[in-house]
Amino acid sequence: MNAEPQIDLSQAASDEVKKTTCYMCACRCGINVHLKNTPDGKQKIRYIEGNRDHPVNRGVLCAKGSAGIMQHYAPARLKAPMLRTGPRGSGEFKEISWDEALALATEWLGKVRDDDPRKLAFFTGRDQSQSLTGYWAQQFGTPNYAAHGGFCSVNMAAAGIMTIGGAFWEFGAPDWERTKLFILFGVAEDHDSNPLKLGISKVKENGARFVSVNPVRTGYSAVADNWIGVRPGTDGLLILSLIHELLKARKIDVDYLSRYTNAAWLVIDAPGTADHGLFARNGDGKALVFDRVTETVVTAETKGVQGAFGGSCKLDDGRKVVPSFSLLAEKYLDEKYAPETVAAQCGVSAETIRGLAAEIARVAFDEEIFIEQPWFDMHGVKHDGYRGRPVSFHAMRGISAHSNGFQTCRALHLLQVLIGAIDCPGGFRYEPPYPKPVDSHPRPHGRAEHVNAGEPLAGPHLGFPLGPEDMLIDAEGQPCRLDKAFSWDSPLSAHGLMHMAIPNAHAGDPYPVDVMFLYMANMAWNSSMNTAGVVKMLEDKDEATGEYKIPKIIYSDAYWSETVSYADLVLPDTTYLERYDCISLLDRPIAEPDCVNDAIRWPVIEPDRDVRGFQSVILDLGARLKLPGFVDGEGKALYSDYADYIVRHERRPGIGPLAGFRGPEGTKLGRGEPNPDQLERYKQNGAFNSTHIPMEAQFFKHANAAYQEFGIRMGFFDKPAPVTFQLYNETLQKFRLSAEGMRKPQAPETHREQILTAFHPLPEWYQPFEEAAVDREAYPYHAITQRPAAMYHSWGSMNAWLRQIHTKNVLYVPGKICDSVGLETGNWAWVTSAHGRIKVEIARSEAVNEDTMWTWNAIGKRAGAWALDADAPEAEKGFLLNHLINELLPPKGDGMRWSNSDPITGQAAWYDLRVNIEKAEPGAQSEPHLPRTAKSVDGVDELRYGQEWD
Amino acid sequence: MHPAYSIIFFTTVSGFGYGLAAVLGFGMLDAGAVSTKVAHFTALAFISAGLLSSTLHLGNPQRAWRAFSQWRSSWLSREGVMAILTFVPLCAGAWLSIFEGRYVAWIGLTGTALSLITVYCTSMIYASLKSIYAWHTPVTSLAYLLFAAAGGLSLACVFAVFSGDLPALLIVACMAALAFAWVTKTMWRNRLKQDQSPSTPETATGLGGIGKVKLLERPHINENYLTREMGYRVARKHADKLSLLSLIFGCLIPIGLLFLVLLADEASIGALGLATAALVSHALGVVTERWLFFAEARHAVMNYY
Amino acid sequence: MTSLPKPSSSAKLGLVIDLDICVGCHACVVNCKEWNTGGYGNALSDQDPYGADVSGAWLNRIHTFEVVPEGGEIIGEEGDARVVHFPKSCLHCEDAPCVTVCPTGASYKRAEDGIVLVDEDKCIGCGLCAWSCPYGAREMDVAAGVMKKCTLCIDRIYNDTFEEVDRVPACVRTCPAKARHFGDLGDPESDLSKLVAERGGVDLMPEQGTRPVNKYLPPRPRSTLASKAGALTAENTDGASGFFSWLDGMLERL
Repeated sequence: MNAEPQIDLSQAASDEVKKTTCYMCACRCGINVHLKNTPDGKQKIRYIEGNRDHPVNRGVLCAKGSAGIMQHYAPARLKAPMLRTGPRGSGEFKEISWDEALALATEWLGKVRDDDPRKLAFFTGRDQSQSLTGYWAQQFGTPNYAAHGGFCSVNMAAAGIMTIGGAFWEFGAPDWERTKLFILFGVAEDHDSNPLKLGISKVKENGARFVSVNPVRTGYSAVADNWIGVRPGTDGLLILSLIHELLKARKIDVDYLSRYTNAAWLVIDAPGTADHGLFARNGDGKALVFDRVTETVVTAETKGVQGAFGGSCKLDDGRKVVPSFSLLAEKYLDEKYAPETVAAQCGVSAETIRGLAAEIARVAFDEEIFIEQPWFDMHGVKHDGYRGRPVSFHAMRGISAHSNGFQTCRALHLLQVLIGAIDCPGGFRYEPPYPKPVDSHPRPHGRAEHVNAGEPLAGPHLGFPLGPEDMLIDAEGQPCRLDKAFSWDSPLSAHGLMHMAIPNAHAGDPYPVDVMFLYMANMAWNSSMNTAGVVKMLEDKDEATGEYKIPKIIYSDAYWSETVSYADLVLPDTTYLERYDCISLLDRPIAEPDCVNDAIRWPVIEPDRDVRGFQSVILDLGARLKLPGFVDGEGKALYSDYADYIVRHERRPGIGPLAGFRGPEGTKLGRGEPNPDQLERYKQNGAFNSTHIPMEAQFFKHANAAYQEFGIRMGFFDKPAPVTFQLYNETLQKFRLSAEGMRKPQAPETHREQILTAFHPLPEWYQPFEEAAVDREAYPYHAITQRPAAMYHSWGSMNAWLRQIHTKNVLYVPGKICDSVGLETGNWAWVTSAHGRIKVEIARSEAVNEDTMWTWNAIGKRAGAWALDADAPEAEKGFLLNHLINELLPPKGDGMRWSNSDPITGQAAWYDLRVNIEKAEPGAQSEPHLPRTAKSVDGVDELRYGQEWD
Repeated sequence: MHPAYSIIFFTTVSGFGYGLAAVLGFGMLDAGAVSTKVAHFTALAFISAGLLSSTLHLGNPQRAWRAFSQWRSSWLSREGVMAILTFVPLCAGAWLSIFEGRYVAWIGLTGTALSLITVYCTSMIYASLKSIYAWHTPVTSLAYLLFAAAGGLSLACVFAVFSGDLPALLIVACMAALAFAWVTKTMWRNRLKQDQSPSTPETATGLGGIGKVKLLERPHINENYLTREMGYRVARKHADKLSLLSLIFGCLIPIGLLFLVLLADEASIGALGLATAALVSHALGVVTERWLFFAEARHAVMNYY
Repeated sequence: MTSLPKPSSSAKLGLVIDLDICVGCHACVVNCKEWNTGGYGNALSDQDPYGADVSGAWLNRIHTFEVVPEGGEIIGEEGDARVVHFPKSCLHCEDAPCVTVCPTGASYKRAEDGIVLVDEDKCIGCGLCAWSCPYGAREMDVAAGVMKKCTLCIDRIYNDTFEEVDRVPACVRTCPAKARHFGDLGDPESDLSKLVAERGGVDLMPEQGTRPVNKYLPPRPRSTLASKAGALTAENTDGASGFFSWLDGMLERL
């Protein structure tokens, strides 16, 4: 018998651990980066693990985060600034110095700014520094700035903020500890993913029921106790049917509605007048209610008021008014929302809908929670504790990315409010700095009077119009922004419409631009609808001048994406481990419901290439362009780099990008003078700061005096900003009035029908536009994408580990369709939409809505991109559904081409796609197969990462 | 299972070598005849070539010596040990024949016994693997032994005829071995085709209680070590065809040819040609059989794929 | 040494994997790879990492199965197929065939805790252990020519330089859904053993006679929503007018 070998069981994992923040997706988890010396004395990353102390991920780390090593060392990293030498798309560049690159960019941008700032289109993609990029664009003076929210999440964000002053996505979360029924709608598994996984695990551990509403049963849906395989685009109808059932069964929280909503607000009932459907207000603009005790009309804010929910009355001026809730109840009690009526449309049985409504009602009212904790509301009234209705919801792109998504999101919030489950124990909880009432957000800026050559824009680009008068249109009603945001096409496009920037710039509609400046957005591939078309637009030249129709494109990214090949000037970014960043409360925050968090990234490893963090680069460009806010009185740069900006920039006095360790001693939170030592303090603290919200401020934040006071102290707002939930939304009614010709500015004739279809003051379901526009016989099925948990958008194929998990994608086709078309796993098929067709490999699946086929998002790559071999399966067999989706709807014969977007917010309607499918001859390549673009590096035959430590 | 050429070559060639050595051990050939000397040499050469080729697929062949250490539990180790041990009587027998032209029964019979034990050890490498249902049967060992015998006898016939002999006993024994080998093989393959492996995707996942289990998505999209090594798939129709060919070439043709040799009245060139053709045909059949032995065997891990 | 050892203690370290909660995110898969490629033994190499035939050695992989009920337990809504994510790594069998087939003694089972390991310095890369394993737990590292397998992160679980809380396998530490548990399955009183007993944890392929230490917790039984539909009955059916009189009553009580 041999002896067992001796193993060194206690080797230290590494020589040094540096804590920073992950950037493998938008989750922004805390990570411990272990660094170890190699025998030749270089420091390399040994291991990346989750930071146990971090409030976001509490130690866990997903596949993407764990693959950070391969992301950091990927051959697809850009190495130096580049100037295009070949035609666009060829990928032929020459490397230039940073001085040359920045001088050229300054020349291009400076000319635009002096001439007409509108001719710069500055759009950022997976940008986590929108607070800076937006500020930069504002100081530059162009109205044409937005990040990628318009094709991502704006329905959810706008509907949430306009209804409850907060939103799902990463701005709120279920009360995982206490919820007893968790209902998840169409979630993207690559967003906020670790908190969601931790939460779902907690829900299951607690024995709570988890219901998933999603056409596809992968990912989180796989572990749901109940799966509702809803037909895409009908979630809103399903939700309204639940509301119908709850109203009918009297399972609503009347007390909650009375306290926190506009249920009692009086709506003017005067059809054919300019005030019809608006709230009755006093001279100060305060909404009025009918007090049942005094039987008088008083302002809704009156302390102790008991507003009526039903009936009607007359105002002093004789106008008839009704409480908004009476309109609401009448609307949804209608049998058109009965489960039996909607079942076939939704693809869900009436019994299941009724069963879900029954469970919601049972849990909300029979399993009520009460936490004893005295707290005061905004009237100074003391309450003994927090009453919880432990039904929680979460939703994301699945309901958002439809042309009826805004109203669907509103419907979901309405459902939550009706049962009293917003920011209560066991319900959905806000994450600070939310909630904020919609009117505390800015109005958009970009009209002619806001734009002046050589000057900053008059105010922030993006915001929330409160009525048609706040739109960005000219006297003729034409759009002021390149992407036509805040125009009649999509009046409430609070995040802009990045997906329209290239098509509109190419068409010169509403006007051409001179420079397009893009950051981290793969617009020449998966981030655009109609990918091949967009590629052509980028390549298209003006016949007269021979110049590209979009003359100059500056692009910054860390990796050689498909879009790099279309840039004229490439500014190489660093990897996430080589840079400073701040995850700021002024931006997309990472707060949790019971703590306010922000964080930094810092260079835990030095770049070995001639690259610079994009934020430092735009600070440099800002200084070279002498933009206010970036230079001092003498024209000298205010900030040496992004780290310096993070520490010293103050948006309002005492309020900067980071809330922690402010003041000269680093002892102030939220508000305080800049602290030169702030970044060091963050590093010592694990790269984040977390401030606990006191228990007396943790719930009902929208109406909790202690929270409002806490928010002021932290600098979220300067005076209390409570939220009254807007079940009935007056802003939407104002647009209806414009479309009816009753209000100025009047909607143009062309847009009236669309506005009347979509703009309803109470949540409404209407058929998704593509479904309404195409022949349902010709395109009988749906095709959608799902987000794989191990890949973030297109950003993972250059990662040698992650790409082994998703080397190519297939189209999963429901068994019923397979049987009717004669398809088997491994077959190839043509999938056709009104816009185009693709040839792809299929696989049969049963766990999916019977009319819906699906594939993983953004696995298909263009040959030559991402430093992959041209014959990589991602390019050979992988594919995008984008080729089937146009940014415009099929013509409907009115001479107009309508955007394939939500008509309210402009959110790209990715999931409205209708298709047909037929068997194809087996193929070696998916189609369309775009010609190869450049390959930036020579291949590596083998990786033995870590062998140096063996 | 992936039909690796080095393994097919190893099992086939060493089978022939050990089979021939076993026949020589019985002293049925004239120890003094040149052809017998060549036969001894051939047996040793085949055995050595087979063993060498078996090291070709090793990741670290320089450590192959370690494989002799675990004879207590490992059939592969036992095979290695036995192979070395077997060389002793075989070399002694070969020495006696080649240099002294004589046959010593106890040495020869020891060689025969050890040769057959070595082949048995080889067979048990496969037959002991419960994870491969097709292999996990005593029939596997029986087939290996019978194929070694048939191959050895086929070779011996050629050498006998070459030396001018027409030993009926040897030829009949060869024909019998061929027949038994293929009967056994057919039984073996019928068992494979019926595949009553108790392991299914349902037992492999423990999910049988909630329904029928089907792979929706591989863990990693491309082939991996496991699927390359154990996921080899051959179409049933194709396999049936190959199996029939292996029967025809490996068994029917050689038996027919040997029957003709039996009918010949002298060990002519013609008879030698027939015996050689029988050998070559048999060898072709065995190589095909061996390829199928791997290619058709389904590994339990494929319940996950 | 290839023979299975007489256990020197009752300890049987292993994993319990909860199929009711695994969302198939591959976190454990990749974290295992990154820990182990720089840890015990040779690196886990990847061939053709940026090319068509990319493939590497991994010690843990997640399969995705679709389960279609055929007279089985009703799950989700009646008759619906469901998806089960299924992580798989070495099960550290008590009767580990991979150990007994090894000709060199490289493959062994530790007497003190039952962990099955490969001593890579002795491994000749013959691959027989991988053949003998019905679970596909072993993968050859093509670059080093040695067999790789889950070590249960032996370089973590006994590591004195780690905080106590981190002395768990990398896959367990990183799992965002908490679907993986590590502990001593030889101790019937351990939390892990109790969890297995409570949830009816199962062996994979028990018919192979390998007696795996790792256990899998099957998805929990579920009830349909449709079965709850009866609970929701309207208080009366007078439509809107009935509703408003109820509402008035409710408001009176506030």
